[in-house]
Amino acid sequence: MADELLTVTIDGIAVQVPKGTTIIEAAKQAGVLVPHYCYHPSLPSPALCRMCLVEVEKSAKLQPACVTAVSEGQVVHVSSEKAKEARKGVLEFLLINHPLDCPICDQSGECELQDYTFQEGRASTRYSEYAKRYNPVEDFGPDIIYVPNRCILCTRCVRFMEDVAETPVLNVSERGDRAYIGIAPEQELDHAWSGNVVDLCPVGSLLSKDFLHKARAWDLDKTASICPGCTQGCNINIDTRDDVVVRFRPRPNLDVNRHFMCDYGRMGYRWLNRGDRLEAPLMLDGGRLVATDWDTALDRFGALLDDAAGPAVLLASGRTATESLGFVRRLLDRPDVTAAIKVPLGDEAPLAGIPNLALRRERVPNLHGAQLAGYGTDWAAAVRAASTAGLVVLLDPELDRDDLAALSGLPGRLVVMGTLLADELRGAELVLPVTTMAEENGTYVNRDGRVQRFLQAKAPPGMARPAWWIAGEVLAGPGPDADAPATAADAFARLGAMYAAFAGLTYAELGLTGRMIPLMGTSGAAAGAAR
Amino acid sequence: MGFPYPSDPRETVLLSKYFGDAGARSYTGWTERGGYEGVKTALGMAPEAVVEEMKASGLRGRGGAGFPTGLKWSLMPKKADKPHYLVCNADESEPGTFKDREIMRWTPHALIEGCLIAAHAIRAERIYIYIRGEYTEPLAIMERAVAEAYANGAAGENVFGSGTRIDVTLHRGAGAYICGEETAMLNSLEGKRGNPRIKPPYPAQAGVFGLPTTINNVETLAAVPHIMVRGAAWYKSLSLSNPKSTGTKLISVCGHVARPGNYEVTMGTPMRELIYDMCGGMRPGRTLKAVIPGGSSVPIMNAEEADRCLLDYEGVVAAGSMLGSAGMIVMDDSTDMVRAIWRLAKFYAHESCAQCTQCREGTAWTTKILERILAGLGKESDLQLLLDLSENMTGKTICVLSDSCAAPIVSGIQKFRGEFDAYLAKARTPAMATA
Repeated sequence: MADELLTVTIDGIAVQVPKGTTIIEAAKQAGVLVPHYCYHPSLPSPALCRMCLVEVEKSAKLQPACVTAVSEGQVVHVSSEKAKEARKGVLEFLLINHPLDCPICDQSGECELQDYTFQEGRASTRYSEYAKRYNPVEDFGPDIIYVPNRCILCTRCVRFMEDVAETPVLNVSERGDRAYIGIAPEQELDHAWSGNVVDLCPVGSLLSKDFLHKARAWDLDKTASICPGCTQGCNINIDTRDDVVVRFRPRPNLDVNRHFMCDYGRMGYRWLNRGDRLEAPLMLDGGRLVATDWDTALDRFGALLDDAAGPAVLLASGRTATESLGFVRRLLDRPDVTAAIKVPLGDEAPLAGIPNLALRRERVPNLHGAQLAGYGTDWAAAVRAASTAGLVVLLDPELDRDDLAALSGLPGRLVVMGTLLADELRGAELVLPVTTMAEENGTYVNRDGRVQRFLQAKAPPGMARPAWWIAGEVLAGPGPDADAPATAADAFARLGAMYAAFAGLTYAELGLTGRMIPLMGTSGAAAGAAR
Repeated sequence: MGFPYPSDPRETVLLSKYFGDAGARSYTGWTERGGYEGVKTALGMAPEAVVEEMKASGLRGRGGAGFPTGLKWSLMPKKADKPHYLVCNADESEPGTFKDREIMRWTPHALIEGCLIAAHAIRAERIYIYIRGEYTEPLAIMERAVAEAYANGAAGENVFGSGTRIDVTLHRGAGAYICGEETAMLNSLEGKRGNPRIKPPYPAQAGVFGLPTTINNVETLAAVPHIMVRGAAWYKSLSLSNPKSTGTKLISVCGHVARPGNYEVTMGTPMRELIYDMCGGMRPGRTLKAVIPGGSSVPIMNAEEADRCLLDYEGVVAAGSMLGSAGMIVMDDSTDMVRAIWRLAKFYAHESCAQCTQCREGTAWTTKILERILAGLGKESDLQLLLDLSENMTGKTICVLSDSCAAPIVSGIQKFRGEFDAYLAKARTPAMATA
């Protein structure tokens, strides 16, 4: 791109930015945060909060940094007295009707009004004689409530619904200081992507019922991850408190999901908190599953593999990390193996205003990683094949009643690597506890061929281990010289030797926004096969 | 003329010549009075030539800002590769202003003719006339006039046989003050909430429906046919003081004068001449205390400033205020300035569109403080607080509604501080804050 570069100086720091860049974005490049409320990089800018007013030399008035394009040689002062005074004024105006209920507000701790007031607002109010504006809390939709008293009318929510979701159910109602966010008559905030208005709200005005009063922001640990909901691969943060996942929130990735995620993905975290998890390896002993240690379990697994006669079947979950899929598939690297993942289907729900962003039909995150590692998607055929197979390995698949019925009668031939154990599978020869995607480092490959990392967000239960570790240990065999991967990074680096698509890739290269690799076939064909 | 009073010889009647003459309302009546000659002249000229004529006349926007009309027209793209629009601002929502109402009531065809000339000059095929919702009578008259214009070939596919197509659409506002702000008007026209837009882009680049648009005030457009007929030089000669202010200006005088009404004066006429001669002075036994010269949004003048003020764009600025829309509110010594200022602030608090923080919260807060002062509960620090808030409300928002609320407060405190102090010192009986 031969974009014309302009040089601007922001708070004394010179940066070069392409023509057309706004001051607020140029300032980011200079490492200067211009305080703002209504501006959001994924929404059109109305320049109405007036918080981002900055001093531009040779301009008489302060300029809104969010809509003012830079010009060559421009000198901008974000922290000058004049700009600071203006911001102080805005903060004072915003606070006169804002309740001081931070102690019971969910936004507290991640509130932009709190942050900027603390940073440069007044220590006390001059609005002392009057009661603050009061409006009752409103129910906006299945997961969203509106607390109008805290609202600063930045209209991010209105613009998201109107310009991004293209379902304009929110509006600014009334005028002057009586204004509030209104919802269209007979309408609900029940769009498939409406949960984003909660993230977009800079204060605690739009709240998620699911998260309501669940945790304080400062008690949360945030871990970069990938949404396990579908093949889109939205980048997320997993917020945990004391090793319990309390919510998923979108993490910006301009190439995948910008700043958004859908409600289906957002609500898909509860399985990560199940209390009935497998915590130790179990071995069949005298007709009963008995807990054992990993060395014994791994030896037993190796023996079962060696002894297995006839075809093998590998049934896996599409939520499994590529590393685990690859290593376990490698374990069963024989000509007569059938490996498949289950791909549940749903309705596609696009986010209209963002190209190539939708809740996808294929509701697993790693369909494409599985295909690259040699898994098919003809689940029914694979389950049928299991009945006559010499060895059946389950890699934590989601099994329905029919699947369980088909798999319950495989004495001596069934190995379960899982997070849970269904009663029907208690006849398994060997049961190995594995970690969920929140308990390990790993990668998923999304529908566009983007390999993306997710990081460990919480501790695994008991002795549970990543499946790649189990397979790596078995492949390497016992003994001090065995060369098994010790870390997920190591496992991923070794994938390239097994599957050409991953050749030469490392975690360091993937970073936190991922890297594109060529896919096998098209996602359309994959979807067809899954059907 | 000083409608509804008889014309004063010191007026220069141009736009107001036929105020009160119901015969001028019809198409035939208007043509008998010399109407529709200017547009015929204009249609025979190239659009650029019409723009040049307007530049030469020195005509400036009569809606409030005083932007040179010819220059505004020349900002429209020269290429007509996409539709251009002319929007006539007939919202006239500025308190104290009622000149456009009379133009539409008595001489609707003067406005239509001005619109047609402007549309030709900016190559617009469609004219929207955005009429204030409360103006039911002017709307009915304009509707009749537009129908007549179509029936007589003055509007539509082939304006006066020139081959030029110009359509006229009347649009009725819904009563919001802010819709008189030109970009809010564009949103309102598009069926959206009447919120002012950020500039740039300016309407000449992206106006109504995102297409090049020129917005002119009723009085501005009504003056255009006169310039076409009698020439730019003649119009430019109508100037008593500063050559940058030319032509005549309709001044809507209201308040405590003997004869309130619409007076048309040559630019540069002294204000005292208007008040004391044409309007018959103050009410008997009363003296002048204050004047808000340009609609409620401009700084208040005291009697001394009014006395030396010349009525043109520069003259009013020199006297400490702005000509604005020339809705002149005259107040005598019976006026409680604190209460008057409170009432103005209350108006702005009611009409703020709620976009910008300073305006949404500031207009309401200042109103509350003024209310408190009126009720005898004011504090010594309140005046400084009002000035601080006004400072924060000035020059920081998308449109100037916020500034307009601050202007009377700041000027009021500066010029009539004694009255505020009297309330604060409880020397004055608390007034009920009602309106």
